[in-house]
Amino acid sequence: MAFYVVQFLTGLASAASLFLVASGLSIIFGVTRIVNFAHGAFYMIGAYIAFTLTERLSGAFGFWGGIVAAALAVALIGVIVEMVLLRRIYHAPELFQLLATFGLTLMVEDLVVLVWGPDDLVGRRAPGFKGAVDFFGQNIPSYDLFLIVLGPVVLGILWLLFQRTRWGVLVRAATQDRDMVAALGVNQKWLFTSVFAVGVFLAALGGALQIPRDAVHHAMDLRIIVEVFVVVVIGGLGSIVGAFVAAVLVSELNAFGILIFPKISIILVFLVMAVVLIVRPWGLFGRPEAPARKTPGLTVNPWRPLTSNERLAALAALVIAATLPLFAGNYALTVGSEIAIFVIFAVSLHFLMSVGGLASFGHAAYFGLGAYGIAFLAKMAGLPMIVCLLLGPLLGCMGAAVFGFFAVQLSGVYFAMLTLAFAQIVWSIAFQWVSVTGGDNGILGVWPSSWAASPSHFYWLALGVATLVTVALRVMVFSPFGYALRATRDSLLRSEAIGIDAKRIQWTAFVIAGTTAGIGGALFAYLKGSVFPDNLGISLSVDALVMVLLGGVETVSGAVIGAIVYKALNIWLVSQTDLSKLVLGGFIVLIVVVFPKGIVGMLEMLAQRRRKSSPPGSPLLAKPIESAE
Amino acid sequence: MSVAPPLLAVDGLTKSYGGIHAVRGVSFSLRAGEILALIGPNGAGKSTCFDMLNGQNKPDSGHVRLLGEEVTAKKPREIWRLGVGRTFQITATFATMTVRENVQVALISHQKQLFNLFGSAPIFDRGEAGRLLELVGMGGYADRPCGELAYGDLKRLELAVALANQPKLLLMDEPTAGMAPRERVDLMRLTAQIAREKSIGVLFTEHDMDVVFEHADRIIVLNRGTLIAEGSPAEVRGNPQVQAVYLGEGLVYDARHREGASS
Amino acid sequence: MRARNIFVGAAFALLAGGMAHSAVAQDIKIGEINSYSLLPAFTEPYRKGWQLAVEEINAAGGINGKKLVVISKDDGGKPADAQTAANELVSSEGVAMLAGTFLSNIGLAVSDFANQKKVFFLAAEPLTDAITWSKGNKYTFRLRPSNYMQAAMLVEAASKLPAKRWATIAPNYEYGQSAVAVFKKLMSEKRPDIQWVDEQWPPQGKIDAGPVVQAVAAANPEAILNVTFGADLVKLVREGNTRGLFKGREVVSFLTGEPEYLDPLKDETPEGWIVTGYPWYSIKTPEHDAFLKAYQAKYNDYPRLGSIVGYQTIKSAAAILAKAGSTDPEKLIAAAEGLSMPSPFGEITFRKIDHQSTLGAYVGKTALKDGKGVMVDSSYKKGADYLPSDAEVDKLRPKD
Repeated sequence: MAFYVVQFLTGLASAASLFLVASGLSIIFGVTRIVNFAHGAFYMIGAYIAFTLTERLSGAFGFWGGIVAAALAVALIGVIVEMVLLRRIYHAPELFQLLATFGLTLMVEDLVVLVWGPDDLVGRRAPGFKGAVDFFGQNIPSYDLFLIVLGPVVLGILWLLFQRTRWGVLVRAATQDRDMVAALGVNQKWLFTSVFAVGVFLAALGGALQIPRDAVHHAMDLRIIVEVFVVVVIGGLGSIVGAFVAAVLVSELNAFGILIFPKISIILVFLVMAVVLIVRPWGLFGRPEAPARKTPGLTVNPWRPLTSNERLAALAALVIAATLPLFAGNYALTVGSEIAIFVIFAVSLHFLMSVGGLASFGHAAYFGLGAYGIAFLAKMAGLPMIVCLLLGPLLGCMGAAVFGFFAVQLSGVYFAMLTLAFAQIVWSIAFQWVSVTGGDNGILGVWPSSWAASPSHFYWLALGVATLVTVALRVMVFSPFGYALRATRDSLLRSEAIGIDAKRIQWTAFVIAGTTAGIGGALFAYLKGSVFPDNLGISLSVDALVMVLLGGVETVSGAVIGAIVYKALNIWLVSQTDLSKLVLGGFIVLIVVVFPKGIVGMLEMLAQRRRKSSPPGSPLLAKPIESAE
Repeated sequence: MSVAPPLLAVDGLTKSYGGIHAVRGVSFSLRAGEILALIGPNGAGKSTCFDMLNGQNKPDSGHVRLLGEEVTAKKPREIWRLGVGRTFQITATFATMTVRENVQVALISHQKQLFNLFGSAPIFDRGEAGRLLELVGMGGYADRPCGELAYGDLKRLELAVALANQPKLLLMDEPTAGMAPRERVDLMRLTAQIAREKSIGVLFTEHDMDVVFEHADRIIVLNRGTLIAEGSPAEVRGNPQVQAVYLGEGLVYDARHREGASS
Repeated sequence: MRARNIFVGAAFALLAGGMAHSAVAQDIKIGEINSYSLLPAFTEPYRKGWQLAVEEINAAGGINGKKLVVISKDDGGKPADAQTAANELVSSEGVAMLAGTFLSNIGLAVSDFANQKKVFFLAAEPLTDAITWSKGNKYTFRLRPSNYMQAAMLVEAASKLPAKRWATIAPNYEYGQSAVAVFKKLMSEKRPDIQWVDEQWPPQGKIDAGPVVQAVAAANPEAILNVTFGADLVKLVREGNTRGLFKGREVVSFLTGEPEYLDPLKDETPEGWIVTGYPWYSIKTPEHDAFLKAYQAKYNDYPRLGSIVGYQTIKSAAAILAKAGSTDPEKLIAAAEGLSMPSPFGEITFRKIDHQSTLGAYVGKTALKDGKGVMVDSSYKKGADYLPSDAEVDKLRPKD
C-alpha cells in the first residue's frame, strides 16, 4: 500500500515540473495564438543559466536566488524576442510564428553548446532538500515533496492573477475573444509582451528547477517541448487548470503504467491525447475555438491557374532541371533526387494545409508509411520495383484514410495535435515492433532495380514523379473538388449551407495528401536503400511544415520553392559546418522577418505591387502577372 | 387550407435551453411566391426559430415540412439539396475566392461535381454564374476577391449564391442588416422581384420595420418564443398586442444591431 | 517562376562548387561521418582523437609517402543524412574509404550504403551486434567491442555475485534491448538459478526516473543491470541515490566507467558498480602512456573513450591503407582481414571471420575519489576472449 502512495506522490512530482512549463505555453497560446515552438528552448536556457548562477553563488540564498534570477533573465530574453521578432509577424498567416520560433530553437541548440560546452552538466542539489523522507519504509525525496507543493501553489498564484487583477481579466478576455480586447482599446502590444514574458518565465523556472534532479544538456528542449504541447492540448488550450489536470493525468498514468507495461512511456502521452481528442475535441477543459472573424492576410491574391507564359517558364525550369545529369556529378544528382522527393512531400502537405486549411503536424506518418510499404513489398514479398512503387504508397493511403477520418472531425490546433498523436503512434509501432520493422535499426537493402539504380536515372525518375505530382495537385486545386475544399476552409457555415459535406471533402483531401506523401516516402526508401522510424518522426513532420511556410502558405505552389530552398540549404549546411542548426535557424528567422508571407508569397506581393503601380494601358503589364508557381 | 401541401409548413416548433423556452409551439406556413416576414423584439426567438428551419438547430419537438416532406431532423446541407437557399445575418462567404468563384462553388455543389478531381473549376458553368451575378447586380464584380467587397455587395453575393440551386424557398436572416438605407430598399426590391418571377417563397427576419412593412406579403410576430400575431402588414401594424410588445421594448425602429439571447 | 530559376541555379552553383575542390590528386582521403551536432559530448573528444592520429601519421611520412586527409561530415543523428554525407564523400570527394559513426542505426545505414556502392567502411563506434553478424557485409569492419563483447565481459564479473534476483533498466531502443537480451542469455547460461524479477524500459533521453526507481525497488531485486547512459543515467543515479535504490544492491552497468558518462556524476557517483569503461588515469602501459602524453600535450585536456576510438579508427584505417598499397576496396578488404596493429590498449586484430576488431575494454568498479567518480580495480579485457566460437559466428553472419 505504502508503495502505491509513494508511486502516486512520485507521479505528482513529475506532474509539477510538467505543469510549470505547460502552463506558460498555455497562457502564451491562449492570448497570442502563437504556437511557441521555442518554449522548450526557453526551458533549456533557464536550466543552463540557473546552473551557472547556482555554481557561482554559494549557500541556500545563492541557490534559490540563482533559480529565480535565471527565470527572470530568461523572461527578459523572452521580452526581447517578442518585441524584436514576434511583434513583426502577428499579422502573418497563422502558424507563421511557428516557423520563427522553430528557427530560434535551432539556433539555441547550437548556441548553448558554444557557450556551455558539449558535456552534460550536473548542478548541485537544492539546499534543505537533499535527502529523502521515510514513508513506511519507502523513501520520498524531499525535493519531490517541494515540487508537489509548488505545483498547486503556482496554480493558485496564476488563478489569483487571472481572477483578481485587471491584467488577468484582460488575459482571460483575450483568450476567449481576441478581437474584443482589441475593440476595448487595450494596448494589445503590451498585453502580448507581458503574457509572453510570464509564459517564458514559467518555462525557464521549470527548467531551472530541474537542476537538482537532472543533467543540463543541449537536447533538453526537444525532450520536453512535444510532451508539454500534448499536456496543454489534453487540458484544453488556454486553460491553466486543464494543464494542471492533464499534467497529473499523464504523469500518474505513466507512473502506474510502467508497472504493468514497462515500455509504455514511449507512447503513453500520445495515446492519452488521441483518446481525449476523439472523445472531447477541445481537450478536457477547453472550449470550442471561436472562429476567427477574419483570417489575416488571406484576402490579397485570388488564386489563378498559370497563364500560358508562366506555363512556358515552368516548363523551361523543368527542362533545365532535367538536363542536370548532363553536367553534374553523382552526388549532385543524388541531392537533386532528394530535393525532388521533398518537393513531393512538401506539396502534399501544402495541399492539405493551404488548400484545405488543415495544418498537419504529423504528415511524416504517411511519408514513412509509404517508405515502409516499399520495404515490406520489396524485402518480404520480393516484388519488382515498379510494382512496389505503385503499391507502396497505398500504405500511406490506408493510414491517411483511417487517421484522417478522426482527424478531420477537429480543426485548428486540435487537428494538428491529433495528427501529431497519430504520427507518434505509427512511429512507436515502427520503433517497437522489432520483428517486423527491425525497430530503430530499420530495414536495410531496399535498393532500386538496375534500370533506376544509376544516379541519373533515379534523378529523372524522382524529377518526373515530382513534376507529375505537383501538376496533378495543381490541377486538383483548380478542379471542382479544389474549389469545394477551399470553400470548407474559408467558411464551414457557408459550405454546409450550399450542400457541401465538409468532413467528407476534407477527409478526401487528407487521403490525397497522405497518398501523395506516401509516393514521396516510397521514392525516399529507394533513394536511401533503407527505411528507419525516423522516416515517420516528428522532425520530418516539422521539416515539411517549415518548407510549406517558407514557400508561403497562401500561395498555390509555394511549397515547391520552400522545399527546394530548405532542403538544398539544409544539405549544404550540414555538409559544410557542424553549426548547421545555428545558421539554418538564423536564416529562417531572417526569412520570417524579411518575407512574412514566405518566399513565394513575397514575390507575388511584389509582382502585384508593380502591377498596381504600372501605368495603365501598357499592354505588357496590363496582363495579369502571376508569379505563383 | 389548400389540398396540395404548402411550400413550408411549421408545426408546433419548440426549443428550450436549460428550462427556458426559446421557442414554444410555433406554427405557420408559407406558399410558393409568398414573402413572409418573421419579426419580434430582441430575444424573441427569431434566430432560434430560423436555425431550426434550415437544420442548424434541432427542435425539442414539432415539425418542419417542405412540400409535405419531413425535414426536421435533416442537416443543413440536406435541406439545401431539397431546394432551400439561405443567407446569413453576418454574411458567410468564401473570403479568399473571387465573387464568381463563390457562385461557382454553389453551382458545383448543385450539379453534384464536388468530388470531380480533374475538371476545370474556373470555367465551370461560367454562363450561369454570370447570369446569377447579373441578376443581383454584381456582374461587374465577378473577378474581385470576395474579401475586398463592401458589406452590401456581400449581401447581394449571398443572394446570388442562395439562388444557385434554383431554390423553392429562400431563408434570409436579416438580409439588410448593416446596409445603408438605399441599399436596403434595393436589395429587398430585388429579392421580391426574383421571388415573384421564379415563384420562390421567401421567409426573412428583419429589424427594420420600413423594410418589413414595405416588402412582406404577410408578417408573423414572435414574442418570448410564442407566436402572438399573424397577418398582412396592415393587420399586424394595427394589432394592439404587437404595439404593446414593441412599444414596451421601446425598440421599434432602432433595434437593428444584435440579437443576442437566443442564438 | 523567376524565383524557381534563381534557386535552381543557386543550387547548381553550390553543387558545382562542392565538386570543384575535390580535384587535388595525390592525397589519400578518408571520409569520416559522425553525429557531431547531436552528440557533441562524445564526438568532440572523438574528433580530437582522430585529429591527433592524422597529425602523427603525416608527421611520420603519411601513408606510403602520400599525405592523409580526413574529410569529416556531420550526420545530425539521422541515418538518411548520414547516407547523404556518405554519398558526398564517395561520389564527390572521392574518398578511399568511409569511417566513423556513433549510433547503431546510422552505422547500419552507412554499412548498407557501403555494401551497395562497394566502398570500404570502418565503423568506429556503433555497438550493435547486427553490423558484424546478422546484417554484416564484406565491406564493413568495426573497431569498438560490440554489445555482445561488453555484455560477456560484464557477465564474467556479474556471474560471480551471489545475487539471484535481478532487475534490468535499459533505454527502450535496439541498443538497450539487445544489451539486456545478450546479458540475460549469457548470464542465465552461467547461472541457471537466476530470476529476472523486473525490467524497466524508459524511452531513450526521456526517463521519468522517480517512477522507474520506485518500480524497480518494489520488485526488490538483489542486483540491477543498468544500460542507460548520458542524461538518463544522471537522473537515474540521482533518484536512485535519494531513494536508496542502490543500497545493499549490486549494480552492473554498461559504459558507465567511460569518462563521458562518469565525470558528469561528480560527487553523486555511486560506489561499487561493476562497469565497463576507460580509466585513463590508471592505465600504465607504454602504448597508452605515449598516447596520453601526446593527447595532453596537444589539447591540454584528458582523453575520453571517444578520443581512443577516434584515434584508433584513423590509425587502423591508415594501417589498412598502408598494407593494401591501393585504394581499391577489394584490396583494402584483403589487407584488413586478419591485420594486426598496435593500439593504445595493446595489439588488436581485425578478424577475418566477422570483421570485428579485438579491441577490448576495461572492467572495474566505480568509486568516489576527491568528489569525483573513478574506476578502481580495473583490468583490461581483451576483445578476442569474449567473442563466440567461430562456428557460432559463421551461423550468425550471412554469406557474402
